[in-house]
Amino acid sequence: MLASLMERIPVMIMVTGALVGMAGTLVGSFLVLSGRSMLSDAISHSIILGIVVVWLLTGQQTGPIQTIGAAVTGLLTVFLTQALVRTRRMRNDAAIGLVFPVFFALGVLLLNVYARDVHIDEHTVLLGEIGFIWLDNITIAGYELPRSLVAMSAITLVNLLFVGVFYKELKLATFDPMLARALGFAPGVLSYGLLLLTSVTAVAAFDAVGVILFVAFVIVPPATAYLLTERLWLMLVIGCLVSVIASVTGYILANYWDVSIGGMMAVMTGVAFTLAFLLAPRHGLLPRWWRARRDAAHNRAAIDDSAEAKRPS
Amino acid sequence: MADALHEPQLALHVEDLTVSYQNKPVLWDIDLDLPPGVMAAVVGPNGAGKTSLIKAILELIPSLAGHVRILGKPYRQQRGRVGYVPQRSAVDWEFPTTALDVVTMGLYGRLGWLRRPGRREREEAMQALEQVAMADFAHRQISQLSGGQQQRVFLARALVQQAEVYFLDEPMAGVDATTERAIVNILGELRDAGKTIIVVHHDLQTVRTYFDWLVLLNVGVVAQGPVSEVYTAANLRRAYGGQVALLEGNGMPADKPTPPDPQRDQTGDVF
Repeated sequence: MLASLMERIPVMIMVTGALVGMAGTLVGSFLVLSGRSMLSDAISHSIILGIVVVWLLTGQQTGPIQTIGAAVTGLLTVFLTQALVRTRRMRNDAAIGLVFPVFFALGVLLLNVYARDVHIDEHTVLLGEIGFIWLDNITIAGYELPRSLVAMSAITLVNLLFVGVFYKELKLATFDPMLARALGFAPGVLSYGLLLLTSVTAVAAFDAVGVILFVAFVIVPPATAYLLTERLWLMLVIGCLVSVIASVTGYILANYWDVSIGGMMAVMTGVAFTLAFLLAPRHGLLPRWWRARRDAAHNRAAIDDSAEAKRPS
Repeated sequence: MADALHEPQLALHVEDLTVSYQNKPVLWDIDLDLPPGVMAAVVGPNGAGKTSLIKAILELIPSLAGHVRILGKPYRQQRGRVGYVPQRSAVDWEFPTTALDVVTMGLYGRLGWLRRPGRREREEAMQALEQVAMADFAHRQISQLSGGQQQRVFLARALVQQAEVYFLDEPMAGVDATTERAIVNILGELRDAGKTIIVVHHDLQTVRTYFDWLVLLNVGVVAQGPVSEVYTAANLRRAYGGQVALLEGNGMPADKPTPPDPQRDQTGDVF
């Protein structure tokens, strides 16, 4: 009994990590492509305030109300940021940087004051505890499963459904929002839908990976996939694959070196990105350097040939 | 009442349109009437509000006052009959997609929400790419196309919409001479087929050869009408202010009608 549980825990941790990455990639790809990926950073920090406020009001640490409360805080961050930008007194990046630290700081202060003895502390807030997800289980159809795993499965499915159903609309709104609007697709509504799901994903991922690592899982796999393909659907698929690989290798290496599992998983997304940055067939640094060198040699040879031809015989 | 036609004989009717950013008027009290079947240039100095005019007509930016009718109805009811080509710089050409896919986006309006483009849409998009001589580049990633080729893809995306009124924002900016001629010829063919073409244009030199209708804009409408009547030194001076001295040195006509347009007699394809 104990042996089979021990066997299952590593699998559950790896699957949970992979699910965070996949759910993150599905929304993150569109954020990265429209140059708004830092909104995921803002959202994942701000939701702390929502989580703490809901916990103070209802005593609940997880569940639907918690999710709604945090998601509302996430959207409020986006809304306030855009309202600040609309005053034209502030650029987008500064507005993001102004809003979310305030929310995050408020959340952390409330934690300090009211939650000294509760398991959500600053460390968990930042990095999560993916190694201990099996401490909080729920039973579904006779199987005892970590709550994080179940939550991440649900949100991955929701994100997949959203992207699957609105794929064409999301693509157009990301590539050419003006045409999307002219054709009567509401890119603003779609964008808020996307950011709502980003907030909900951040809440679901919060216990497992915390706010900092969540940002890595939303931005790095899509950014890696972007270097490896020139098709949007493939970018989504590759981003999900990168997430799976990073979770599995991250878990194994974390065990081997006895370091933070979530941290190692995020590092592995970074390793995947670095490899793609150096080696990607078309956009990678090394293939480009090699092509430039080959072309230069080719040109030199052509010049030598023409010089040879001009020489009187 | 909303369905009653207002100025139905006009392709585009704009009345009292005013747009402002931060209390600074960008467009002031615009009255504009365009008959169907013309190819119109919207010309004016930088900051004259040319792009804002198109965006306000298509309800992409809010207007403070005024109304717009396209073929007698508000734009919302006429989306399917209007084609729009934004400035090339308005989109990210590094986006992971192909030329064919970008053209297919022109059909999304007809498809509506949720329906996916299928074989029929791909074939239509391919035909539009053939029309702009870009069929060979259909499966290229869009960042691998030159500026002129990208502009042709954008034009193909508008063609595939099979609209009756076309709005194009600087379609000839930063393209090679061949592409410019190709674009002008395609737009001319559309005009000859009875479509109405409205082009934000930057090059005064070519206004008389390319267009038959002219709207001179500088926050307000300075002059509008057939090119032969509107393209006068006095009007240009009023639109451009001090900059016109430079233009007059460049073979500007005095206040007299222009000779017939040689471009209109051209037939056949340049490709």
